[in-house]
Amino acid sequence: MSKVPMKRIFIAGLKRERKLVLEALQRAGVVQIATENIKDDDLCTLNCISDKVTFDRDSNLAEQALEILSKYAPDESAGLLASLEGAKEIDLGEYEERIKNVEEPMKAAETILSLSKEIAENKAAIPRLENRLSALTPWMNLDIPLNFTGTEKTQVFIGSLKNEVDPDEIYKVLGEDLEEVRDENKVVIDVTVISKSKEMTCIMVTCLKSDAYLVENALKKVDFARAGLAGEIPAVEAEKTKAEIKACEQTIEDCIAKIKAYAPNRNDIKFAADYYQMRSAKYDVLSRLPQSENAFFIDGYVPTKYAEELKEKLTRRYKVEVELTDPGEDEDVPVMLQNNPFSDPMESVVESYSLPGKGEIDPSFIISLFYYIFFGLMLSDAGYGLLIVLGTGFALLKVKNMKPGMKKFLKLFFFSGISTTFWGFMFGSFFGDAVNVIATAFFNRPDIALRPIWFEPVSEPMRMLVFAFALGIVHLFTGLFIKGYMCLRDKDIKGFIYDVLFWAMFVGGGIVFLLTMEMITDMLGLSFRFGPTVAKAAAIAAGVGAVGIVLTGGRESKNIVKRLLKGAYSAYGVTSWLSDVLSYSRLLALGLATGVIAQVFNKMGSMLGATWYGILIFIVVFLIGHVLNLGINILGAYVHTNRLQFVEFFGKFYEGGGKEYQPFTEKTKYYNVTEAKIKEEK
Amino acid sequence: MANSGIFWALLGAALSAGLAGAGSAIGVGIAGRSAAGVCTQEPNMFSKVLILQLLPGTQGIYGLLIAFIALSQMGLLGGGANMDMSLTTGLMYFAACVPMAIGGLVSGIAQGKCSVAAIGLVAKRPEQFGKSMIFPAMVETYAILALLVSILAIFGIG
Repeated sequence: MSKVPMKRIFIAGLKRERKLVLEALQRAGVVQIATENIKDDDLCTLNCISDKVTFDRDSNLAEQALEILSKYAPDESAGLLASLEGAKEIDLGEYEERIKNVEEPMKAAETILSLSKEIAENKAAIPRLENRLSALTPWMNLDIPLNFTGTEKTQVFIGSLKNEVDPDEIYKVLGEDLEEVRDENKVVIDVTVISKSKEMTCIMVTCLKSDAYLVENALKKVDFARAGLAGEIPAVEAEKTKAEIKACEQTIEDCIAKIKAYAPNRNDIKFAADYYQMRSAKYDVLSRLPQSENAFFIDGYVPTKYAEELKEKLTRRYKVEVELTDPGEDEDVPVMLQNNPFSDPMESVVESYSLPGKGEIDPSFIISLFYYIFFGLMLSDAGYGLLIVLGTGFALLKVKNMKPGMKKFLKLFFFSGISTTFWGFMFGSFFGDAVNVIATAFFNRPDIALRPIWFEPVSEPMRMLVFAFALGIVHLFTGLFIKGYMCLRDKDIKGFIYDVLFWAMFVGGGIVFLLTMEMITDMLGLSFRFGPTVAKAAAIAAGVGAVGIVLTGGRESKNIVKRLLKGAYSAYGVTSWLSDVLSYSRLLALGLATGVIAQVFNKMGSMLGATWYGILIFIVVFLIGHVLNLGINILGAYVHTNRLQFVEFFGKFYEGGGKEYQPFTEKTKYYNVTEAKIKEEK
Repeated sequence: MANSGIFWALLGAALSAGLAGAGSAIGVGIAGRSAAGVCTQEPNMFSKVLILQLLPGTQGIYGLLIAFIALSQMGLLGGGANMDMSLTTGLMYFAACVPMAIGGLVSGIAQGKCSVAAIGLVAKRPEQFGKSMIFPAMVETYAILALLVSILAIFGIG
């Protein structure tokens, strides 16, 4: 339940061994390299960015090939559960064996990529060919090539006119036009209509060569468009195009078949992708490594628990000097959280806010106490809870080798599901009021219902609201006490009294005082009321707290007037306590939302009564409705539980701002080399 | 007129579902447009932006919840409604539904705009997903408060 203590590690070694040492460090995977801490002008770094780029490219190439491969030959073993799986473990022997043959999968990857390129090219060619084919269709009756211009004596114009035109009309139009030009000698033309459609009429106009110029002009006037060039008779051309399309399709099929044939190489390509990724990471560090003529230096952080083991391993194998020191007070040490299995899902929640900064404690354990309760209260349905528990439990059991982040996420929902089930039974909700609805509608037994163990929030919302506020007050005070604990730990007694104790007195006294008033207890429906002595004590405590806050809240100001004004303003901060407590009403609101909407679906489903189609409709509505309700309310419960932690709870004591611990490791996707890894399984 | 209460009560329930639903529809709508835009560039962000898009959807559900509670308190669900409800009672139901109707409408739109910004944040910095959810959730507080007042008021009448 805490931040993992870190040691500063300093390694100095012989330059010729630097790659080996780096590899050992990478495989150990526990050191965060911080070479920027070494500042010495005599040392220089080695530029190996170009190597890194090459490895990145190779790794990308393998990844792309894998993507293509899974597109054409999906990995059969990859089910829904497999997507949760993390990297596979292989031992050092296998690793070295595979490195020897790493070129081979790369060749396969390159072939796959070029095949995929060929597929893309052919796929692009097909629509082009089809366009040509459809452009040829109106000309199919023509038995001369489209670019035919005429014989020795005649001139031929092949082309199209807009809209559907009658041959007679063409003669007429062309004739009129031509007459205008030349009255005496009649121009002889022959018009053949090749095809007609609403949009265009395809024609062939034949005339004597000597008249060609006139005819062409006349044709221009009627918007005659020459047909495109094609060296063959249309029908022949069409046949050829069809054959080309077939060929393209055949090529695509062949390429796909070839790619599919590479499916057995999938694992090798995965390994190659990992391998080059690893080398890229190594060269990235290498390029930042300060070195002198004969030596190299590494500075970094390592968790204390691994430090000695790592030192021993390095010094035994290589000629290196390893020095372990405690990090200095003002150093920005990377943060790694470690918690018991019950609380470690909270690490991701803390991470998504901000990791604990310097001097702050890891809040994971404390928020885990509240997180599951709040989540359960907001969802509060035993049926939904059981579904979540079964779903996540099944995945957690079935998938042995899960990504650590995914495992935490599923565990978060597993525990939240247990809490949801618990509160569901407490409040008597199992898929809403499904038990009662089914018993009433189909068995005519309205007396059967799941009775709440505690009470039913829908019928007693005020009681639930008070419970929510009470939980909220506990939550907020816990936050305040943690702040007090941190003050005491840092021996900041003033801070403890002024910022924690006074506030606890002020707010706590105020709450107790409110509970002594008849109006408040009546409104909240509480059965107890504190006596006048308690009222007096509470009022005094609150008064002392308030005065204390006014006097000390602005203590950083020297000016007395300014100081009091600032103090008064800080006492005004009590309104934020009020709104913080009110904010917990979402426990009631979201809980009711789940329950009531579940009831709406149950009611809608059971409307048709106990007939066979009534039952059928009920099942359909029940399934769809509850899946919908579950989905949207899980989202709501998750978001708002986080919010209560982040805004209300963290607001009392937590700032964050720590840097994540990112060890230099094999950032692999598919394989983990197990041997020589110091890291224990978490 | 003296017993037209049932009309006002029904109008309240209808506005609660209708206006809060409209607020959510607008909110989810604008957030959805921006989510779709992100997906054109980064299809694997789908699940994250979908969650952010859905955040303004809760107002519609709260509105439905209030409408349902109001209808069931009036007895309009499952028969047995008091058709001669007094005008006063009817207006009280109406007034009880108003917070959810207005709060849902306005906060749904505001939360939608906030979701758009949060989607932009996630698109640029996917690791900030946790924080990006919190900003729209802040807006939702006011829908929850409206919901709370409406619930308490309706139960108070019945």
